[in-house]
Amino acid sequence: MAPHKEQIEIGRGYKEKYGFHVEEKSVFKSKRGLDHGVIDQISDHKNEPDWMREFRHKALDIFLAKPMPTWGGDLTHMNFDEIYYYLKPAEHKGDTWEDVPEEIKRTFDKLGIPESEQKFLAGSGAQYESESVYHKLKDEWESRGVIFSDTDSALREHEDILKKYFATIVPPNDNKFAALNSAVWSGGSFLYVPPGVKVDLPLQAYFRINAKNVGQFERTLLICDEGAQAHYVEGCTAPSYSTDSLHAAVVEVVVKQGGRFRYTTIQNWSSNVYNLVTKRAQAFKDSTMEWVDANLGSKLTMKYPSIYLMEPGARGDILSVACAGKNQHQDAGGKVVHVAPHTSSHILSKSVSQNGGRSSYRGLVKVYPKCKDVKVNVCCDALIMDKDSRSDTYPYMEIDEKNVNIGHEATVSKIGDEQLFYLRSRGLSEEQANSMIVSGFIEPIVKELPMEYAVEMNRLIQLQMEGSVG
Amino acid sequence: MGKELLKIENLHIRVEENEIIQGLDLTVREGEVHAVMGPNGSGKSTLAYTLMGRPGYEITKGSVCFDGQDIREMEPEERAQAGLFLSFQYPIAIPGVTVGHFLMTALAALSEKGNGRYKEIRKTFRKDIKKYMEGLKIDPAFAQRYLNDGFSGGEKKRMEILQLLTLQPKLAIMDETDSGLDIDALKVVSQGVSEYLVQNPKASALVITHYQRILNHLKPHFVHILSKGKIISSGGPELAIKLENEGYRAFGIEDREPGPQPEGGIHGTT
Ligand SMILES: Nc1ncnc2c1ncn2[C@@H]1O[C@H](COP(=O)(O)OP(=O)(O)O)[C@@H](O)[C@H]1O
Ligand SMILES: [Mg+2]
Repeated sequence: MAPHKEQIEIGRGYKEKYGFHVEEKSVFKSKRGLDHGVIDQISDHKNEPDWMREFRHKALDIFLAKPMPTWGGDLTHMNFDEIYYYLKPAEHKGDTWEDVPEEIKRTFDKLGIPESEQKFLAGSGAQYESESVYHKLKDEWESRGVIFSDTDSALREHEDILKKYFATIVPPNDNKFAALNSAVWSGGSFLYVPPGVKVDLPLQAYFRINAKNVGQFERTLLICDEGAQAHYVEGCTAPSYSTDSLHAAVVEVVVKQGGRFRYTTIQNWSSNVYNLVTKRAQAFKDSTMEWVDANLGSKLTMKYPSIYLMEPGARGDILSVACAGKNQHQDAGGKVVHVAPHTSSHILSKSVSQNGGRSSYRGLVKVYPKCKDVKVNVCCDALIMDKDSRSDTYPYMEIDEKNVNIGHEATVSKIGDEQLFYLRSRGLSEEQANSMIVSGFIEPIVKELPMEYAVEMNRLIQLQMEGSVG
Repeated sequence: MGKELLKIENLHIRVEENEIIQGLDLTVREGEVHAVMGPNGSGKSTLAYTLMGRPGYEITKGSVCFDGQDIREMEPEERAQAGLFLSFQYPIAIPGVTVGHFLMTALAALSEKGNGRYKEIRKTFRKDIKKYMEGLKIDPAFAQRYLNDGFSGGEKKRMEILQLLTLQPKLAIMDETDSGLDIDALKVVSQGVSEYLVQNPKASALVITHYQRILNHLKPHFVHILSKGKIISSGGPELAIKLENEGYRAFGIEDREPGPQPEGGIHGTT
């Protein structure tokens, strides 16, 4: 079922700014579809240890055995046999941008990645199709023991530390797509911040799909040791094709005692990408974990960043923004699981549905027995821009302890004719008025972002609003 | 006599199947202040919204010319561009959008369309806004607050005047700017409107009100009494005096809501 070309555009400007593609070149591309032979090819190319090869094969069996989820979004058109599971774009990863093959570098130039790196990042990584093509950490941080690399390199260079945490937070049998990722994972980021080290600029990784029908399965593992601090940001885009692509990542985060970690996502896939991602963090004693999760693109996103509050004093924050336009379904939200007493969490979700788009908030609050003095606050606001668009809320609560303090608030509002008229009477066009109202609506989350990303977010929202007014 | 700025002839307005304005004529010339007075439900806001182009307010008959242009088919933003301004009876909150950002965006939108007047205003915006806020006794911190979000009634009205002063329109339609203001706030707000009129000698104002007390400050040249969608009486300031002394009943109008006794008569001290 190929959707019409005009239908797959998110906003008028997506196609030229992000939806472009360059000629596909690869040094290796697996056949369409997935079997144990493909797994061996991936493992061979990566020349990885046997334990990882076995891990992959086991995960594939789990993937094949697990049924397709029937809750959440519509996955009935997802055809696993159409997908290329591994596409290696270049022979080697670059340590400088000059080492990156020309077309690939041009793509990242166009997306402004090297420029951002210069301006405001402590480190930067870039993945193209299945492999990381560039990774760089500024010397200052490297000399203080920070490790920031792609996950394949980490497996080669820091096997001990990787092996200690890998798949302990999201095991392969967690869900069908976590199993898929475990079987075919490639690329992704590995970060280790040593005790007490505070990385004060963001570390960024950018994920780009270029070829048709490609699956991207990055595997990210981030470890924030005791008293350390860091902020990791991921961005992503893809060309607008009329055939589907698949992005199924697994992200695991560990925040140790007194650590403070923030993970920001600006998801801007083209609207032919299925985005099915498992993100989970464990927060230990007196630590703070924050997910800032913005979903603007994709055809269907199913993603619920979660935080396990493992020890007293841990705090978790999930800020989620979802914008669903034409032919888009954002099934997003968050999960907080209170495993220990004296822990607190906060979920703020803001969704915008327009142009027939659908957004759903799906959230879980779980408090285990004997977890006294737990504070949870959930707030979800939905803004519906027109009568064709839809918003749903699925808040799940599993509270097995009496001595807890839980707040839940949900609002749904339709964009007000009065607001529009008021702004237009001051000279704003309908489009400008719409985008101003939407920017204002998500401002409580955008203001949490570093300035550069806040600007980017507002620009993306504007882009998405363009073309939404007929 | 100044040039005709707004010319309304035999205007009929329909809102959701109801004909609210039923044959209204009004001419406002440059530099004139007109008051339109009427009880609740007489159609004052309907007239104001329609002039500003609010969707759903349908002109079924008659004509509206502004500054020589037929504006009936123009979008609200095009009317703003042409120099029309409406101070809302109930200003709308836009959460998450700061006053400063909103004003700059509005000015940018207006000047983008190539109107030189707004480009000039934009050049000195930062300096002017401080001055205007001071005059309106608005705390400078309000520039960073979200537009009308959680503002008191009086703060919202002052915010409308701040926008009036910023945008310097040719015609200001003030819809019950006086309602809900105490004496001091009314004075501050009226001074703001006066300042705009003094700065722009050709500019005009259409002051829509239920009570005459704002007219103590904004001396109108003409007063019109609106009842059930029609102007039933027009004249000079003496009409407002008659209304103050004898009430709407003197005009044969049933005013369901007499409201509080207005403070300070038209002969008052101001
Ligand atoms: N959106 C609307 N839909 C239907 N009727 C309306 C609407 N707005 C106003 N009216 C009606 O039009 C009449 C005039 O209202 P309005 O213009 O608000 O009067 P005023 O501003 O003089 O108090 C009233 O009878 C009111 O009920
Ligand atoms: Mg009114």
